[in-house]
Amino acid sequence: MAILELRDLTKRFGETVAVDRFTLSVEKGEFVSLLGPSGCGKTTTLQMIAGFETPSGGAIHLNGRDLAKIPARSRGLGIVFQTYALFPHMTVEENVGFGLEMRKVPAAERKKRIAATLDLVHLSHLSGRYPRQMSGGQRQRVALARALVIEPELLLLDEPLSNLDAKLREEMQLELRRIQQEAGVTTLLVTHDQSEAMALSDRIAVMQGGRLVQEATPFDAYDRPTNGFVSSFLGKSNAIDAHVESVGADGTVLRCGDLRLNGPAHGEAAGPVLISLRPERIEFCGEGDGVVAGRVTERIFLGDQWLFKVDTSLGEILVMRRNSGRREPDVGETVHLAWQAEHLRILAVETAA
Amino acid sequence: MTSARPWLLSAPALVIFAVMLLTPLVMTAVLSFNSFDFYGGIKPTFGFQNYADVLSDSYFYEIFLRTFLIALATTVIAALIGTPQAYFLLRMHPFWRSLMILVVLGPLLISVVVRTLGWAILLGNNGVINDALRSIGLIERPLKMMYTSGGIVLALVHVMVPFMILAVWAALQRQDPATEKAAESLGARPATVFRRIVLPQAMPGILSGSLIVFSLSASAFATPAILGGRRVKVVSTTVYDEFLNTLNWPLGAAIAVILLVSVLAIMVAWNKLVEKRFAGVFE
Repeated sequence: MAILELRDLTKRFGETVAVDRFTLSVEKGEFVSLLGPSGCGKTTTLQMIAGFETPSGGAIHLNGRDLAKIPARSRGLGIVFQTYALFPHMTVEENVGFGLEMRKVPAAERKKRIAATLDLVHLSHLSGRYPRQMSGGQRQRVALARALVIEPELLLLDEPLSNLDAKLREEMQLELRRIQQEAGVTTLLVTHDQSEAMALSDRIAVMQGGRLVQEATPFDAYDRPTNGFVSSFLGKSNAIDAHVESVGADGTVLRCGDLRLNGPAHGEAAGPVLISLRPERIEFCGEGDGVVAGRVTERIFLGDQWLFKVDTSLGEILVMRRNSGRREPDVGETVHLAWQAEHLRILAVETAA
Repeated sequence: MTSARPWLLSAPALVIFAVMLLTPLVMTAVLSFNSFDFYGGIKPTFGFQNYADVLSDSYFYEIFLRTFLIALATTVIAALIGTPQAYFLLRMHPFWRSLMILVVLGPLLISVVVRTLGWAILLGNNGVINDALRSIGLIERPLKMMYTSGGIVLALVHVMVPFMILAVWAALQRQDPATEKAAESLGARPATVFRRIVLPQAMPGILSGSLIVFSLSASAFATPAILGGRRVKVVSTTVYDEFLNTLNWPLGAAIAVILLVSVLAIMVAWNKLVEKRFAGVFE
């Protein structure tokens, strides 16, 4: 059963359309991410769900209730803000207890629930601290505890990890996922960080220019992007312009310059298309087996992986290789690239927006 | 070499401080220990006679009490007016905000004497306010507003509110606006948000604003001199009279030193109290 339903949600600021007929439904207990670059309307969408912005059109339903007439303070949502927005003049305990106090929960029960929630985020030992005496990661947990203690029907996370450094961010991702599952709370995350969205969510809704462009599981969104924007926004990708030459039962033949490429079956019968090819699906091979040859122009060592830039007749191609301890091609070397036809993704060419 | 540079750079300011502030202060302090008689003038003796005179005379107690009550009332009223106004300023559209800041600062652009004379015109027994009230028949005899403590407080608040607003506004600008949204999302009504979230975070500003307002009000001269005259004396007008009418400079100096020390003591105590109470907000 869908707990949150957004139907044709629209927000206009004067002439600009920030959110354009956005439709999404979130199931109970699900973790959904709104992913997109800054200015794509994801934060505005969150603000409308939270009740801080009034929609220009469309509807928001939470558990069957229409939220249009309900003020932010009565929606009962747990919100974690990008800046955490902890109350600096209150201790951790007072911060977490604020929502319960507003709900007039009796002191004894309040104490119990604060303790249980602080325990969930592993902060019981710091309950008397003030926010400024804590690290970024700890503040983040306080913010999460403050949002969870009111047992919200929906937890909204607004770029919650963007203020943390890289290592801490990774730790908090795992932690966030654990807490979300333990609390069993339906969660909507807004983020511009694709790896965060993929690591945390059950489903990703990719937004571009105020519109929903793809809604899928992280694996599907990465593996079967619906357009060039999604394929380049989620991870690294090689985008190659091509033409459909012929479509057969077992595949498509594409023409790219003077090269012929085999791709999986595809609906388009003819015309220009965009090919997307993930760098980690490309392999180096012997001279005879390669689809295309090229010269390595750059080689970057990433620890667990190597990233190559290869100059080919298809343009510059990124190749990602796992670091298995073997010798890898050097800059200037000629290499031959091969991939399986099924790993090509044939996408419609985006009309200029 | 490098350790001398900071001193060198601050030398001009230090010289000005030493010459213009420290010297007269020290001389006043020294003067307060001298003695005075009507035939011989100021004698370069050393003793606590002047302090004993002031501290044993209920006349002076009354003046000090009145001064501090006027300063306290001014501070409280300025805080009550200034804090909400600073909050409104913060939430205004930038265009209206810059306009309103000009309006707020307006009183500071006019000489305090001119402004106070304006209040005298308004508050006098035959002043604008009394005339208006009489002609619409609300009162028969004029309300006494000139030469009262109330009149002085009214005029002082007018002068002091800008300081309070600017101090509170500066503090509010440092707060994270998302804290208000967070409180709202947790179920707080607007009034609760203001009382529980905004006000405590504005406390550093209210504190510094009230320190400025209190000390300026306690030592204000022009406003009490014009609106209080000889009848409603405050410490600064008393000092003035001792220096220029009685010519008892040492006694005047002693009163001035007592004012300085007591204002300092009150400010330090108030500062300590508020910082302790709102420990989380002060970094």
